[in-house]
Amino acid sequence: MIDSMRDTLFGYGDTGIVVWTVLKILAIAVPVIIAVAMFVYWERKVIGWMHVRMGPNQIGPLGLLQAFADVFKLLFKEVILPANSNKVLYYLAPMIALVPAFAAWSVIPFDAGLVLANVNVGLLLLLAMTSLGVYGIILAGWASNSRYAMLGAMRAAAQTVSYEIAMGFALVSVMIMTGSLNLTDIVLAQQGSKGFFDWYWLPLLPMFVIYFISGVAETNRAPFDVAEGESEIVAGFHVEYSGSAFAIFFLAEYANMILIAFLASVLFMGGWLSPLQGWINADVPWVDWLWKGGWQWTFIKAFMFSFFYLWFRASFPRYRYDQIMRLGWKVFIPITIVWVVAAACMKYYGIVTIGA
Amino acid sequence: MTFELVCFYFFGAVAALAALAVISVKNPVVAALNLVLTFFSMACVWLLAQAEFLAVALVLVYVGAVMVLFLFVVMMLDVDFAPVREGFVRFLPVGIVVAVVMLVEMLMMIGVRSLQVPVSADPAALAGMSNMGWLGRTLFRDFLLPFEVAALILTVGLIAAIPLTLRKRSGIKTQNPGRQVMVKREDRIRLVKMDAVKKGEATP
Repeated sequence: MIDSMRDTLFGYGDTGIVVWTVLKILAIAVPVIIAVAMFVYWERKVIGWMHVRMGPNQIGPLGLLQAFADVFKLLFKEVILPANSNKVLYYLAPMIALVPAFAAWSVIPFDAGLVLANVNVGLLLLLAMTSLGVYGIILAGWASNSRYAMLGAMRAAAQTVSYEIAMGFALVSVMIMTGSLNLTDIVLAQQGSKGFFDWYWLPLLPMFVIYFISGVAETNRAPFDVAEGESEIVAGFHVEYSGSAFAIFFLAEYANMILIAFLASVLFMGGWLSPLQGWINADVPWVDWLWKGGWQWTFIKAFMFSFFYLWFRASFPRYRYDQIMRLGWKVFIPITIVWVVAAACMKYYGIVTIGA
Repeated sequence: MTFELVCFYFFGAVAALAALAVISVKNPVVAALNLVLTFFSMACVWLLAQAEFLAVALVLVYVGAVMVLFLFVVMMLDVDFAPVREGFVRFLPVGIVVAVVMLVEMLMMIGVRSLQVPVSADPAALAGMSNMGWLGRTLFRDFLLPFEVAALILTVGLIAAIPLTLRKRSGIKTQNPGRQVMVKREDRIRLVKMDAVKKGEATP
């Protein structure tokens, strides 16, 4: 059905190709938005259980409609412009935060061939897009004309730039192992007959841990959420935002979180590959994705990593600001530099071979 | 006019307008943001020319890191730019002369080169590999020594910048996070055993 739809659209020439591309983009963007809404509900539920509370349970069955109630409440609220703020930049900031958060999704492979843009420099593009997100935060902080927002923006900018280096090195080690920047190639290089021992989490274990922790720090989430440390600077960079402008910041932050979860699963946990690959080879309809691999595994792994975010948030107290900087510069970056060399040696001496 | 050509003119126009705005707008933060837009549009132009690595590296290094720090400084300093701008009209003729000389030089270079060497095909496409792979192979196989020397010079510059600005200040209190993490209960709390004092007993 999808094929016939595509062929019909391609029959209209250039216009059809544009319409088809927009449809593909919507097929990723709309589920991401819905996933963000449900993820917020899931977060409140999980943290509630960890606190021995119920979490949201009033609106809809099991409180499932709570997320949508929140969204509609936010959308109908008034957006207040603070006095003496820079009007253009104030309204531009949430959009600048949102665009990179969604653009990065274009290179995520969900299954073999199931990717919007199969670009050769996918990994670099991801790094570039995640580093662009900080502009939204800085602009929001500056344009709001508020001391608290300014301090939050400063903290967020310094933190994001610092952790990007450790994150970049972790990606470099994955690139050394694969010999390619294409994300589909990276997943395929983790294929093999030794099940989940073929994935990169094993040879690159320190990088895997550092990548995920840096991802948490990069998205300014607990325990690294000093950018919006409520007890110190009210709510940080978005303290002056209300209504839909605030909702967009929220959307961008959660889209980035889910993106990091997907990336951790694609880069280090074999993406759509099954943890049982090579051990079982039976052909059974409907359930053979369990050992042959399929898009379901990408989503299961991503769900696991996004759950870690909530787990961390409910478990750890917030880091002090200088401790965050120390962890990034004095602990993570030296370890990553050493492990990049170690990864190169493992690759050169054939300790880790791709696709076997 | 193909779609690519339309894109090229669009990105080029945006880059030129943003570059003009960088030197003409009053607000330094807006100027810095326009510089970001210039970099980004140039990266798009390079993408059209299929120099994908260069384009993404430009966004990653300049837009993602350098300009963030630049913006940081501009916002923190809160410089009053009015006195700096006073000489704008006075120095405008000198500026125009410099710009014209640079333009002529650039045109001459492009003109001389295009006369000398016929435009060759994309070497990456000739070698039958991706732009990225070709660049890596050329840098690390054919030009390894110059590349390493350049890297060494940059590292020396980096280290030199740190001792130049690093100075020991006396009379300030600093924390040692390593010791803070290693702290034990015994370092903070001392439990003292004392006999209970009974009523009526004289306290020494």
